Amino acid sequence: MTETALSLRNVDKFYGPIGHGVHAVRDVSMDFAKGEIVALLGSSGCGKTSTLRMIAGFEEVSRGSIMLADRDISRLAPAKRNVAMAFEGYSLYPPLTVRDNISFALKSTNLSAGDIAARVSEISDMLEIGDILDRYPSSISGGQQQRASLGRALVRDADLHLLDEPMGQLEPQLRALLRGRIKHFIKERGLTAILVTHDQTEANALADRIAVMEDGVLQQFDSPEVLRDKPSNLFTGTFVGEPPMNVFEAEVSAEKGTISLQFKNEMSLQYAAGSFSDEICEAMLSRQHVMIGVRPYAVRRTDKKGIRTKVAVNQWLGDQSHIAAEFAGGMLVLVEHDRAEVKPGQEIKIDLEPSSLHIFDRASGEAIAHGTELAS
Amino acid sequence: MEYTSPLEKTLRAIALTLVVIFFMFPILWIFLMSFQTNETILRVPPSVVFEPTLTNYQALITGKLETSAASLEINFMRNLFNSVFLSVASVAVAMLLGVPAAYAFARHKFRGSEDIAFTLLSFRFAPPLLVLLPLALYFQQIGLADTYIGLIWVYQLICLPLILWIVRGYFEDISPDIEYAYRIAGHSWFATFRKIALPLAGPGIAAAGLLAFIFAWNNFIFALVLASADKQPVTVGALAFITASGIQYGQIAAGIVLSIAPTLALALYAQKYLVEGLSLGAVKG
Repeated sequence: MTETALSLRNVDKFYGPIGHGVHAVRDVSMDFAKGEIVALLGSSGCGKTSTLRMIAGFEEVSRGSIMLADRDISRLAPAKRNVAMAFEGYSLYPPLTVRDNISFALKSTNLSAGDIAARVSEISDMLEIGDILDRYPSSISGGQQQRASLGRALVRDADLHLLDEPMGQLEPQLRALLRGRIKHFIKERGLTAILVTHDQTEANALADRIAVMEDGVLQQFDSPEVLRDKPSNLFTGTFVGEPPMNVFEAEVSAEKGTISLQFKNEMSLQYAAGSFSDEICEAMLSRQHVMIGVRPYAVRRTDKKGIRTKVAVNQWLGDQSHIAAEFAGGMLVLVEHDRAEVKPGQEIKIDLEPSSLHIFDRASGEAIAHGTELAS
Repeated sequence: MEYTSPLEKTLRAIALTLVVIFFMFPILWIFLMSFQTNETILRVPPSVVFEPTLTNYQALITGKLETSAASLEINFMRNLFNSVFLSVASVAVAMLLGVPAAYAFARHKFRGSEDIAFTLLSFRFAPPLLVLLPLALYFQQIGLADTYIGLIWVYQLICLPLILWIVRGYFEDISPDIEYAYRIAGHSWFATFRKIALPLAGPGIAAAGLLAFIFAWNNFIFALVLASADKQPVTVGALAFITASGIQYGQIAAGIVLSIAPTLALALYAQKYLVEGLSLGAVKG
């Protein structure tokens, strides 16, 4: 199971001369297991598409190497890499019908016409495009083109399937439906797939592991659960999760058996020394300047001892309440699943449990501890 | 829908008619002249009433011009053939060189690519005479003066930049991802160029080719300087009608009608592509 399908070794991408041009991808190393679905997640311009295009062979690898199925493909022509790709801009062949677009690559294999037809009909049923197979790309909608393009990639037998924003144009219901079907399709055939997306829901739903990229640097490459529970740095912590993690600057001090977190605006939290392990206390105290992060879902309102804050906004989103409260010169967002009956200006008390805190080094952004566990 | 009042419609129609008359009148006048003898053409005041004659066309096609003074040999048909041959060959060569070059300029940004493309375009800026006189000397030394090859080569100054810049715009309009999609399905870049890029840019290539053909056809100065009578196209050949014994207006008119007929037919036939090709070239260039 842990056989490596694709491996990137110290890959760099410069647009322009090496060392001077735009450094789009910085020293990225990743291993993708066979049969794994990996999402490259990041904001626009973070290098995720550049990475994908280097794997496909449309962009030259400036430095480093890419191994696919035990071959070094970093200098191979795209045609020789045995990779399939669905493009963000669909890129269907205009003079061909949807059916021909999908079956196009299969025709140069030694599959019989019957096999090809069977595959095309299977994939078009899955993607709900069976009724437009005989139409031309120019006469169908963006969403349909996107599915046709996805079908053209998935129908192929390739060592690797690359999907660039594969569902961006689909309407929400269809997207949710297809996500499940596509994941099933990929898993059933044991395909290895990399998808590029900026949609966290999509990444979480489809991928076994998510690679978070920012500024050309691979920030973290882990399962969705680990990304949520143990973000390795401040960036992944605040980037992954919706609504985003609350983050506040704090100074750590210890006195008389309590650990004190001093926030801005004279706000502070005191914890018994036993709340954190000795290692965490030591790590926090040695740095003194830290960032404290807490997920909106982990913030609780309380009637007992807690910090007094004032509600600024209370939004009911139909299935959950987002309450923003003034906290340490900023806003602390908390999420409740029932309709919260609080009004702006009202005072509430909130509680931050030690186990829900994510502690980061302020200078480097590296994680120090997640709850009561020291970050590795 | 935009509403236009009847008055506005009428005014527009009048304006259009005026423009059409302004541009078409010389052609119409030449067409009428081609059916007249020198005497009727030169009478004062001119009149559109005359007895049509085919002698001008006859003279051109048979190659013998009988005047009151003497009989004159004319190679008009030879010139017409030269025009066709030179234009077709020049456009063919320019396509062969220009289309792949345009593709390269559109797809592969290499060091100095913009400079080279611009240099090629700048051939169109230079006054032709400035280039031609030294070129004539060189051509004489290397034996290219008064040869078809030499002329076709020089015609590349007209055709190549035109094709390069127009076709480049068309290639740039094609999403590179369509080509990538084809390449990743196991095809070489050359197959992609042939099977995807060329067909998709087809209309643009056709338009550029037609334009280049028309420009080559209408060229006068290159052949005037670099070729002698038997290699000259119709544009230069028409000079032969200015003889010692007078200017043969009738034959000149008939020659013009015969020589603009092919390009006019082509232009009318491919009007849509031409307008597209020209405007795209203008925007992109």
